[in-house]
Amino acid sequence: MNSHSILRVVAKFMIPFIFLYALYVQFHGDFGPGGGFQAGVIFAVGFILYALIYGIDEARRVLPATLTRILLSLGVLLYAGVGGLGIILGGNFLNYSVLSSVPVSGQHLGIFLIEFGVGTTVAVTMITIFFIFAGQDR
Amino acid sequence: MTAVAFAIVRLRNLFTIVMLMGVFSLLSAVLYVLLSAVDVAFTEAAVGAGVSTLLVLGTIALTSERGDYTPEKFKVMPLLIVVLTGAVLIFGTLDMPLYGDPDAPANRHVVPRYIEKSGAEIGVPNIVTSILASYRGFDTLGEVVVIFTAAVGVLILLGRGHNRWRPGMRTGVGAKREEEEV
Repeated sequence: MNSHSILRVVAKFMIPFIFLYALYVQFHGDFGPGGGFQAGVIFAVGFILYALIYGIDEARRVLPATLTRILLSLGVLLYAGVGGLGIILGGNFLNYSVLSSVPVSGQHLGIFLIEFGVGTTVAVTMITIFFIFAGQDR
Repeated sequence: MTAVAFAIVRLRNLFTIVMLMGVFSLLSAVLYVLLSAVDVAFTEAAVGAGVSTLLVLGTIALTSERGDYTPEKFKVMPLLIVVLTGAVLIFGTLDMPLYGDPDAPANRHVVPRYIEKSGAEIGVPNIVTSILASYRGFDTLGEVVVIFTAAVGVLILLGRGHNRWRPGMRTGVGAKREEEEV
């Protein structure tokens, strides 16, 4: 798609806003609709748009396969790790109240962290699946 | 939505069908908003209408735009079974409580507790988030693992990474194609 200059310019203009919106959905999920799942998908769409316009190879240079594989497992590990931390600090698995001296702020911190883990895994999963599907015809 | 569903069943052009499935997802998202389930609607719009459409389009780009279709004779028995099952399902809904009925079993079990206590226990204004992430945290962990497994499955089946145990061998579809070319 090297010749479509309008597409390239518009995509370049839109991608930062897509990422910004994804981050808003991610971190505003406690107060309004949204959360890790939706934010992850929107974040992935930003990368997929980039790959569609500029090509998979170009997108793979931004996000190499090793990095996606590490991030993929990091999201799950972060979620399970926060759960395990609850056990270490004397609570139940995935009980966030013990993460902080005030139970409510512990819950806030726990939800923030696990939503981040969810977002990471979902985003990288979508990106991985798209890259592999789109990279098959080479 | 019914019109879109019929169009999807009748049409033969896969590209049009994928687009109509996106439309269907978006209409369901509107339906969820009307039922005040904004979180679900958001997910439906992002995943159903957005990313799945993209992924299926990617798959079509790899295969062909037209599906195989052999016209079949009209059969009475399948239609009868479908109509009967539908009638039984509709008969089952007659006993269901009205939508939004506060005395409905679904609204009397744990919902009042979540609504009354989650503000003090979790302190997050969005009750959906506090249920999803805290009360049902284990469920959500399972969901994340399912998504992770999907990515791993795609990587194993179609990924073109090097096989560590057999140096020089490449795994996946790409490897087969390379062998054929050689």
